[in-house]
Amino acid sequence: MTAPPVEEIDAVSGVDDPVVQVSHLTLRFGGVTSLSDVSLAVARGEILAVIGPNGAGKTSLFNCLTGVYVGEKGTISFLPRPGEQVPLAGRKPHRITQLGLARTFQNIRLFNALTAIENVKIGVESRQRTGPIGAMLRLPRTRREDRASDARASELLEFVGLRAQANRLAAALSYGEQRRLEIARALATQPALLLLDEPAAGTNPAEKADLERLIRRINTEMGLSVLLIEHDMRLVMSVAARVAVLNFGKLIAAGTPAEVQRNPAVIEAYLGAADPEEGESDAAPG
Amino acid sequence: MSEFANPPASGDGDSGFGPSVRRIVASLTDSDWRRLGGCMFAAVLVALMTGTSGNAQHLTAGVTGSLFRPRIVFFLLIGLALWAVMTAWTRYRDDIRDGLAPARKVQAEVTGNRWVQYGGFVAVLLLAILIPPQLSVFWQQVLVSQIGVFVLLTIGLNVVVGFAGLLDLGYIAFYAIGAYTAAYFTGYPDNKRGHISPLPVHPPFHVNPFFVFPLAVIACLIAGLLLGAPTLRLRGDYLAIVTLGFGEIVRIVINNSESVTNGPRGAFGIPHFSIDVWKLKYHWTLDLMPYWYLLVAIIAIVFVLFRQLENSRVGRAWTAIREDEVAAAATGIPTLKYKLMAFAIGASTSGLAGVIFASEVGFVAPDNFVLINSLLVLVYVIFGGMGSLPGAVAGASFLIWLPNKLRDLVAPQDRFIYFGALLVVMMIFRPQGVFPSRRRAREIGLAEAGSGGADAMAAPGGAL
Repeated sequence: MTAPPVEEIDAVSGVDDPVVQVSHLTLRFGGVTSLSDVSLAVARGEILAVIGPNGAGKTSLFNCLTGVYVGEKGTISFLPRPGEQVPLAGRKPHRITQLGLARTFQNIRLFNALTAIENVKIGVESRQRTGPIGAMLRLPRTRREDRASDARASELLEFVGLRAQANRLAAALSYGEQRRLEIARALATQPALLLLDEPAAGTNPAEKADLERLIRRINTEMGLSVLLIEHDMRLVMSVAARVAVLNFGKLIAAGTPAEVQRNPAVIEAYLGAADPEEGESDAAPG
Repeated sequence: MSEFANPPASGDGDSGFGPSVRRIVASLTDSDWRRLGGCMFAAVLVALMTGTSGNAQHLTAGVTGSLFRPRIVFFLLIGLALWAVMTAWTRYRDDIRDGLAPARKVQAEVTGNRWVQYGGFVAVLLLAILIPPQLSVFWQQVLVSQIGVFVLLTIGLNVVVGFAGLLDLGYIAFYAIGAYTAAYFTGYPDNKRGHISPLPVHPPFHVNPFFVFPLAVIACLIAGLLLGAPTLRLRGDYLAIVTLGFGEIVRIVINNSESVTNGPRGAFGIPHFSIDVWKLKYHWTLDLMPYWYLLVAIIAIVFVLFRQLENSRVGRAWTAIREDEVAAAATGIPTLKYKLMAFAIGASTSGLAGVIFASEVGFVAPDNFVLINSLLVLVYVIFGGMGSLPGAVAGASFLIWLPNKLRDLVAPQDRFIYFGALLVVMMIFRPQGVFPSRRRAREIGLAEAGSGGADAMAAPGGAL
C-alpha cells in the first residue's frame, strides 16, 4: 500500500466536549497490528461514523472500547457527564456497560430462546439492585422493580417499533426486527454513548430507511451520542455528522462526510484494497 | 426368514391380506429395511442380555439358553412391533403432528396457566403427604434416605446446570461438606459426662442437629465460593473437569484425614433432629415418616423459592449468560458474579440434603460421596429436563424408584443395564427431558433448526 503522505491524522481536533476520547490506541494480536496509534473522539450528542474496508480494525476499535480487548498502548477515557472522566482500558465489559456505553454486534447476538420483551428487560435490569434473596422471596422492592422493568421494556419496544412483537421469541423475528431489538436491548442499559456495529448489514432498503430514522431519533429524542460502524455509504452520509476512516488499523482521514468523500487517501483505500463485492459500489462516492 | 411376511401382520390384517402385504413391502424404503435390521439386532441383544447366564461347565449355555427357546420369538415380535411403530411414525409424523396441533395448543394453555400449576403443586404435595404412610417400610426407607435427599440435591444442581448452564461434575462434594458439618457441630466440646462426638475432633460448642442447617448452608456457601471464584472463568468442558477434580479431592481428603474425620470408618452416632425451643418440643426418632415430612416441607419451600428465582431478574440473567456470555456481559450483566451466585445457591441446597441424610442415617462415610453419585444427580437433572423444577423432582424420583423396583423383576446385577438403556433411549428420542423448561425446550428446538438468525446473515451480501 502506498501510504498517504500525511503528518498526523486524528479525529479529535475540534471536539470540545467529548463523550469518549481515544488517544494513541494500539492493539496487536501476535504479529498482526489491528489498530495502530488511533486517536478519535466522539463529541457529546454527535453521530460519528467509522468506515473502512473489511479488516480495517473497526470492530477491533469497538471491542477495545467495550472492554473485550485491552489495547497494548494508548488510553480511552469515557465522560458519561461533562467533566466526569473515567478511564476504560482494563475494565470488564459489564462495568463499561454500567458506566453508560452500550453496543450492538455485527452478527446479531440476541438471547434467542427468550422473548423480545425479555431480551429488553435483561438490559433494563442491569441497572436494578434485586439480589437472589429478594428474588426468591419476591420482596416488595423486587415486585416494584419487576413492574418498572416491564414498563420500561415496553416503552423501548414501542420506540423501536416492536411493540406488537413483544411476546414473540427473538429467534422468530425477521432480520431487520432482530437488529432493532438488539438496539432496544442496548438502549435499555441507559447508555450515554451507543455503539452500533454495522446495523444495516443484511437489511433490505425499507428496513434501512427505518433504521436511518431510528438512529436519528436515538440521537435527537433520547439525546444519545452514537458511534456507528457501517458499510452502507448512503446511510453513513445521511446520518453522520463526522466520519473517520480506518485502513489497515490506521486512521487515514476524518472530517465531515463531504470532506471524507473527496479525500484521495479514502478513495484509494476503497478502490485499491476493498473486496469488490462490498467496497467498490459503496465507496465510489458520487 | 419369516419376518418378510410379518410387517403387515402388526399393521393391518383386514381384507385383501395378500395384496396389501405386497403393497406395503413394495413401499418400504432402504432406510426402513435398515431400521428393521437394527430392531431385529436389538431384539436378539436384549434376549441375550436378559437370558440365562453362562457357566464354567457349559460356556455357550448363556447363548443357547437365551436364543434357542420360544422366548426369542417373543423378543423378535416385540422388535418387529417397535419397527412398525417407528416406520409408521417417520412416515406419518407430519400428519400426526398436524392432527395433534390443536390438542397441543390446549395442553400448552392448560399447563401454562398459573392456577393449574398451583393446583398441580398442591396435588403432588398432598400425594406426598398422604401416600407414604401406606407404603411398606422398604419403600419408606427408599423415600427418605434416597428419593427425598436426592430430589433436594437434584433441585440444587438444577440451579447450577439448568439455570446457569454450568456443568458441575463434583456436586456431591457439597453434600459431603454439609453432612460432615452436621457431624462436626452435633458433637460436644469435650467427652466428659459420657458425651460422644461423631468425629474425633470437638466443636467449640454443641448444636442441636436441627440448628445445624444454617451452619451447613454457610459452610457449603463458602466452599462453593472458594471453588467457584478461581474456576468459573472456565467454560463448559474445562469447568466440568475442574469440578470433577474438586469432588474427588474432597472425598479423598475426608478418606485420608483419619484424625479429623475418622477416615474410611466415617462419622457415626450423629443424633436425630430435635426441636426444643420454648414450648415447641419435637424429637425425630427411628420412625421414618417424620423425616419424610421434614423433607417434603424443605423440598416444597426450596421449590417455591427457586421458582420465584427462575422468573426474576436473576433467572433471566442466568438464561442470558447460558445463551451468550459475551452478549450478556455487553448488556451489563456481571457474568462471574452471577455464575458464582448459581454455584453458591446450588451448593447450599446440597448442604441441606447433607444434614438431613446425616441425621436420619446417623452415619456418614466417604463411600456416600463417590463420583457416581455426582453423575447420578446430573443424570436426574438431564432426564427430568434441564432448568425445570418439576422435571428435577420427577426425574430424581423416577430414576431412583426404577432400580429399586427392578430389584423384584430382574436379576439384581442387571438392574443398571436397564437403567442405562432407558437413559440411552431417552436421550435419543427426547433429549429435552421429561418436563423440559419452556426456555430450554426452545433452545433445543432452535439448535435443531440451525438457529434462524444465522441463515439470514448469509442471504443478502450483494444487496447493498
